[in-house]
Amino acid sequence: MANVLINAPGTARKGETIELKALIQHPMETGFRPGADGRLLPRNIITQFTATWNDIEIFRMKMSPAVAANPYVSFFAVASESGTVRLRWTGDRDFSAEGSVTVTVT
Amino acid sequence: MQQLPPRRIPTRRTFVAGSLLVTVLPLASAQAAPDTMMAAVKEVTGEAAVRPGRVTLDIPPLVENGNAVPVTVSVESPMTEADHVTAVHVFNEKNPQPHVFNAWLGPRNGKAIVATRIKLADTQKVIAIAETSRGEFWSASADVIVTIAACTEDVN
Repeated sequence: MANVLINAPGTARKGETIELKALIQHPMETGFRPGADGRLLPRNIITQFTATWNDIEIFRMKMSPAVAANPYVSFFAVASESGTVRLRWTGDRDFSAEGSVTVTVT
Repeated sequence: MQQLPPRRIPTRRTFVAGSLLVTVLPLASAQAAPDTMMAAVKEVTGEAAVRPGRVTLDIPPLVENGNAVPVTVSVESPMTEADHVTAVHVFNEKNPQPHVFNAWLGPRNGKAIVATRIKLADTQKVIAIAETSRGEFWSASADVIVTIAACTEDVN
C-alpha cells in the first residue's frame, strides 16, 4: 500500500465549504522516458482518483502521464453531514490505494 | 548573362498592405495551438463554442523545473443544483500527449477549484476548460516558460 497523506479539517460548521488535500506516493512513470538500458520504461501511472463523502461520490479525476510524480490533488466540498471522506486511487498494474478522514459537522 | 527579374518598387499602397500583413500574421500564429491539443479539446467540447472567461488558470509564468509545476484552476460559479461546474479539463500543447487531467465536480463541491502539480516537457501553452451544467464551455489559457523540461533527465 502506497503512502497516503490526507489533509482535511476535523470539524466544520454545517454548510461550510472545506478544502481537502491529498498526496500519494507514486512514480507516475510516463512511458516516454528511456531507462538505463536505453529502452522506454513502461508506463506506470495513476489513472483515476475518486472521493466519496459517506459513500456518495463528490469528486472524480482522470489523470494522464502529465500529472507530476507523487500526485497532489486539492479540491473543495460542502460539509453537509458528519461522516467519512474516502479517497481512492487506481492505476496501471492493478494499482489501488485508499485513505480516509472523518469530518465532524457541527 | 542572366537577366534579373524586374524589380517591383512597392507603391505606397502595397507597402501599407504588406506592413499590415506583417503585423497581423504573428498574432494569428501565436493563438493557433498545435492540432493535437485542439483535437483533444474537441473531444470534450464537441461542436459547442468555447468562450474565454470565468476560468482562472493559476500557473507560474516561468518555471525552473518542469517536473512539478503547481496548477490551480478556479471557475466562477454559484455551484448550485441549477448552475454548477460539471467538469474541468486541462490540456497542454507540447507534451507527448495533450491531456493533463479531467476532473468532474458537482454542487457538493461548493467551490469549483481544483489544484494539482503537473509535468511540462517544454515552454508551451496550457489551457483549462470548464464545462457547466447549462452546457456552456469557458476557458482560460496561460503561457509557461520552462527552463528544465520534464522527461529529459536520464533515469539512473
